[in-house]
This record gives sequence, C-alpha cells and structure tokens, in this order.
Amino acid sequence: MFAAYLMTAWAGGTIVAVVAGVVGFFVVLRGNAFFAHAVPHGAFAGAAGAVLIGVNPLVGLGVFAAGGAVGIVLLGRRARHDVVTALTLVTMLALGALFLSRSREYSAQVFALLFGQILGVSPDQLVTTGLLGVGCLALVALIVRPLLLASVSPALAASRGVPVTGVDLVFALVVAAATTVSVPMVGALLMFALLIGPPAAAQRLARTAGQGLVLSVALTLVTVWASIALAVTTDLPIGFFATAIGALLYGGAAGAARSRRGRVE
Amino acid sequence: MSEPSPRRDPDVVLRARGIAVRLGGVPVLDDVDLDVPPGAIVGLIGANGAGKTTLLRVLLGILRPHSGRVQRPDRRAGIGYVPQKIALDPHAPLRARDVVMLGLDGARLGIPLGRARLRGAVDDALTQVGATEFADARVGELSGGQQQRVLLAHAIVSRPALLLLDEPLASLDPVSARDVVVLLDELRRQSGVAIVVTAHDLTLLLPVLDRVAYLAGGRAAVGTPAEVVRDDVLSALYRRPMRVIEAAERTFVVADEGVTDA
Amino acid sequence: MLSAFFASPTVQTALVVGSVVAAVSGIVGVFTVTRGQSFAGHALADLGAVGGSGAFLLGISQLWGFVLAGVVSAVAMEAIGTRRLEGRDVATGVVFGAGMGLTALFLTLDTLIGGSSNAAISVLFGSLFSLDTRLVPVIVVLALVTLMIVAVIWRWVSLETLDRDLAAARGVPTRWASTLFLIALALAVQLSSLSIGAILSTALLIGPAATALLFTRRLGTAAALAAMTAVVQVGVGCLVSFVSYDWFGGSSWPVSFTIVAAVFLTYVGARAVCALRGFAHPTAVA
Repeated sequence: MFAAYLMTAWAGGTIVAVVAGVVGFFVVLRGNAFFAHAVPHGAFAGAAGAVLIGVNPLVGLGVFAAGGAVGIVLLGRRARHDVVTALTLVTMLALGALFLSRSREYSAQVFALLFGQILGVSPDQLVTTGLLGVGCLALVALIVRPLLLASVSPALAASRGVPVTGVDLVFALVVAAATTVSVPMVGALLMFALLIGPPAAAQRLARTAGQGLVLSVALTLVTVWASIALAVTTDLPIGFFATAIGALLYGGAAGAARSRRGRVE
Repeated sequence: MSEPSPRRDPDVVLRARGIAVRLGGVPVLDDVDLDVPPGAIVGLIGANGAGKTTLLRVLLGILRPHSGRVQRPDRRAGIGYVPQKIALDPHAPLRARDVVMLGLDGARLGIPLGRARLRGAVDDALTQVGATEFADARVGELSGGQQQRVLLAHAIVSRPALLLLDEPLASLDPVSARDVVVLLDELRRQSGVAIVVTAHDLTLLLPVLDRVAYLAGGRAAVGTPAEVVRDDVLSALYRRPMRVIEAAERTFVVADEGVTDA
Repeated sequence: MLSAFFASPTVQTALVVGSVVAAVSGIVGVFTVTRGQSFAGHALADLGAVGGSGAFLLGISQLWGFVLAGVVSAVAMEAIGTRRLEGRDVATGVVFGAGMGLTALFLTLDTLIGGSSNAAISVLFGSLFSLDTRLVPVIVVLALVTLMIVAVIWRWVSLETLDRDLAAARGVPTRWASTLFLIALALAVQLSSLSIGAILSTALLIGPAATALLFTRRLGTAAALAAMTAVVQVGVGCLVSFVSYDWFGGSSWPVSFTIVAAVFLTYVGARAVCALRGFAHPTAVA
C-alpha cells in the first residue's frame, strides 16, 4: 500500500483533503450544496474537451470550472439560483458528452475523470496541485470575515460595505480551484461529496467556527486516506468510497449531535 | 437624474430627498422626503408591498434609487442594520457572540488576529440588549426574538449614529414586541442613537415614535404622529376616504371598503 | 434531407418517445421550478441512475431500474421532509452523493462483467436513438400515468405551492399532494433519463419550464408553453444530431448534447429578450 508509485496518491490525496476540508466548510455554511455539485460537473466537460484536443486535462478542468462557477454567480443575480445552477451544470455536462463522442473511443481516462482514480494525480502535476491548493487557502484566509458575515445575512454584509457579489465571485473561483485540484483523484461526479459530507459532519459536532474548520479538515483527511487505502486493496473506484465514508460520517455526526442535545429536530 | 447633494445639516442624522424607485415598471416610491434627527425614533409604516423595505434599503445604501439623494452619517460604520432574518442553518457553528464580534470587524480582509481586545465591546453590547445568557449558543438554534437581539447587538457594537430595523415586531407576540419597543427606547436614551423602524402596525410603536412616515401607493405622509395619523392626511395619501378610530387602546385606520389595522 | 430524416424508423421512435417525454417534463417542470425543487429533480435523476446501472447487474431492463429507484427515492425524500429539498440542504446532497457513489460502483462492475462500456454510456447519456422499440408502449403508458397524477393533484399542488398553510386550511391533504407530486417528478425525470441520460435529464425538466415562467406567472399557461417548447427542442435536437452525421465525416453529434444545447440556448435567448424589454431594475449597489 505504501509502494513508491503510490506516494503521489497519498501526497495528492492529502492536498485534496486539506483544501476540500477548508473550502467545504464554507460551502456548507453558505448553503451552496447544489453549487458545489454543479462546478465539478462543469469541470468534467472541460477535461473531456482537453483530452480531445490533446491538452493537459488539468487546464480544461480549471478553465471550465472557473467559467461555470463565475457563470452561475453572474446569471444567478437576477434569477432563481437553483434554476440557473441546474441549467448551467447540465449544459456543461452536455458539452462534455459532445467532446466524449468526438474521440471515438470510450477511454478509461474519461471514466476516471467521472468517478476518480487513485493515480489521478501524476508526479508532475503534484507541484501545480500543491500551488493551486495553497492559492485557494490564501484566498479563503483573505476573505474569511466578509465571507462569514455574508453567510449570516447578505443584506447585512452589503450594508456594511461588503461587495457581496465580489465575495461570491471570489469564493466561486476558490471552489473552482478546489475542484481542479480534486477531480483528477476523486472524480467529477463524486468530488462534491468531499465538499459536503465531512464538513457537514464537522459542523454538527463543533461549537465554534474555528473548531469546525479544524475538524472539517481532520474528517476530510480521514475520508480521503481511508478511501485511498480501500481503493488500493479492492480495485474499486475511489470516488465510491469517498461518498460512502462521507455519508457515514455525516449520518454518525447528525445522530450523535441529536442525541447529545436530547431533542427532536 | 441626480440632484445636488443637500447641504450637510448637523441637526439631522439622515436626510432623504425626492426618492423615487421603480420595480418591474411599477413606481414603488415616488418623490419621498425624510429627515431623521439625532436620538429620534422614526417609524416607516405601511401595508406589505407599500415600499417600506424598499425605502429602508435605499436609506441603507444597498439600493440605488432612480432619482433622489440620501445624506448619511459620515462613516459607513455610522449605520447599524438589523435585518428581519438570518440566512444560517440551525447547525451552523457560529455563536451569538461570534456574530456580534463580526459587527466590529466583519468587513475587514485578512486572517482575524488579536480579537481578544474586542471581547469587552462585544460583552457590553450583549448586556445592553439582554442577550448574555445565550451568547454562547449557536445563533441558528435561537428563537426569532433571540436572534433579533443578537442582530441588534451586532448593529450597536460599533456605536453607530443610526439604527435601521426591518420589521422587528412582525413575527413577535405582543409581550415580546413590547419588550423590544422598551429596549429600543432605552438604547436611544443611553447612547443617543437615532432609530428607524419599519412596521405595518402602528399601535405598539406609537408611545415611542417621534416621527412617522406613512407609506401608501408610492407616496409618503411624513411628520409627527399627531400630524400624520389623521383622517384628512391619510385620505389624501390613500386617495380615498379614510378614518382614524381610537378604540380599546388601539388605533385603527379604516377605509370605506373594509378595515385595515393602522 | 428532411424526408430521409422522417422516414428513418429510428428517428420516428425517437421523435415519438422524445416528444412524449418532453411534454411531460415541461409540465412537471413548471411545478418543480416554482416549488424550488430543481435540486430534488436533479437528485432524483442521479438516484434513478443507481437503479439504471444496477439493472444491468440484475439483468432487467434499464427502464424499470430507473423507475423503481426513482419512485423509492421520491417516497423516501418526502418522508425526510420536503422543506429540505432546496439547494441548501446538506442531507439531500449527502444522500445523493452516496447514490452516485453506488452508481460508480455498479457501472464499474457493469463494465467489468459486461466487458464493454455500453451500460455506462446509456445510463449516463441516454439512448434516444437506440431504444428498444418494445419499450415504447411502456414509456407512453408511464408518461400518461404521470400526466394523470399531475391532473388529479393539479389544484392541490397549485394551492400548496403558493401557500402551504392556506392550502392545509382549505382541506388540501398537503402530505399526499407533495408525495404524489414527487412521484410524478420522479417518473418524469426517469423517463427523460432514459432518453437523454441521467446526467442531462434535468435539462428537459428545468429549461423549458424556466423559460416559460419568464413570460407568464399562470401555472396552466406556463405548463402548456413549457410542454410545447420542450417538444420543439427535442425535435430540433434530433434533427441537428441526425444532420450532423454529414458535417464531420461520419460521426454525429450526440442527440443528448443537441437537445440540451437547444434547451440552454432557448433559455439564454429568453433571458436576453427580457433584459432588452428592460424592466428598469434599480441597481443593487452591493
């Protein structure tokens, strides 16, 4: 399990987990579950397109993730958020289907992009992944207070002079970057489970935002490491384990929190 | 469409002139003027859809009107806003205390460091609104009335010159509503802050109101309660015969086709 | 060219099934959008995919896999609580994340066992041009069942969508109404998953409805408009896909893509028209 060739998997997985843990905390806090679902799907289309024209899939991932994320925020200013999200995500997926069909072969590479592959991050990509990850975290650190204020009440944040759309856009780009980092490993269709499951579990258990953030990263690390281990031993898609473990953590945390407080929701 | 800025008047905390707003082609506000003196409590009264929240958002500066100008206190932090509700889930790990702390530095960039010295101001604000006992609870789990107190503490912690509250009494029972009115009166007595409140029922606020802006059909009748809550003024405002009736310690505004509460 | 299009039996099947599915999706979609349940619709598509991919392992038709999984999920969702089906809800996200994980598992097994990736492709991206013609009557019947359910609960759901408490006060059995609606939603979504794939079925559900709702508030008018728009979009999509075979030397654009493209372009075009008509919205400063 710790063979040399798997070292990139462990390293990549750790970066993915830390970034997803931090970004996911805010995704859950802001109630952006659908958004976190949509951006990776859009990213997949970009990756499929990149594969088609022979470019590094990471580039395709990044461009489409950013484009989709920004598009949803801008279109959503004057319309129902959930409708805009649904349509944007489906359109990008359709583009992905188009690109897929062009390449005439159903490659394992594309399946891996959809459902994840432990060797999804190559040693060369590790550096880029690491840099993107650090960039994500830095951006989050920069806007953390306006982000929290906007999640309490966007109108309130606006009244304090916070450019709410600007904050939304920056956060959208952060999600896009987190997606680009995580999709090669966990898969486009399943990556959002990392952004939602373990962070949501952490929020149920934590008392303060600081605790929640730390716990979120910890639980996501556990999820990713366990998923890698299981995927290596069973040869089944890593994304499957990520979603399953994430769901278990969430269910466990929700149950524990409910019984601790001893009241019916 | 812009007019020269009204000259800064030290006797007025907030001044609005000629405010007009159209939403979806319909004039929601049409040439509204309003002055808020320091330490005054002003009520924006009207039915749902009459434009109270729209006017509030214009006064706050988060909605740009089609025409008209608003002169506000000098610093952006000079206005405290208390929205009607929060967008957080019950499970969000944000304590009441944390929300109030954001009232001091929520708009700043960067990693929050050295916040320990802000604790004193936060505790004071919580005490002033009577929220100390639930200061460490998750704000999403509090009742509506408790959340409102937390939002009020958030608004006053930076010592603003003006408070704007959006329908603070709307979902409260009469006892809790009275408590809020008493609290607002105390706040302005202690710190001299001016307060603007929107409501669709005048009754509970009447004892503490210094000024009323009664909104209907995009127009506003502005003045003291004695000047505005009258048959002739309201009839002109609604453009149909209206009567003010005092009965059983309540004030009713009645139109010929039916009854509307004041 | 057009005569060849209409003469082809594959196209004829596709048009019949596609139109039926489109009409149903458009009508159900209007309620879905006004109730804010787009996320739920998408979730039901993904959960249906669990059934669709599992069906291969069990050797039963994909259609039944989709439908069974969809209906079961709908009932479970209603049990958990409809309030939580908006896009904020984490629990929904986690549940259908788990569902998608299962889909991944089944599809991997399908590919391993079946030796080809056809299962994956048809589950994820649909098979409008490769439908088993024996299924057509079944699909039509299911579509009619869905429409019947919608017709029966129309009044209830209209009231309940506008104001839940008012509806309850008027004696509308709100629990039944919302459960039945979710089942209708599940059926509509699964039928469209079968045609254009689990990943894309949301397009037919949301797109035409959202477009129609830009122009009218009345549910009945919107439903009719959405249904007609959807049918046209499916037809255009089929046509473009068919015709594109000659554009690129023997490889056509997938029909699921052309349909979704039509849906998306219509919506964006409609938004542009509305913006040009210029409801002068005062600009929010923030």
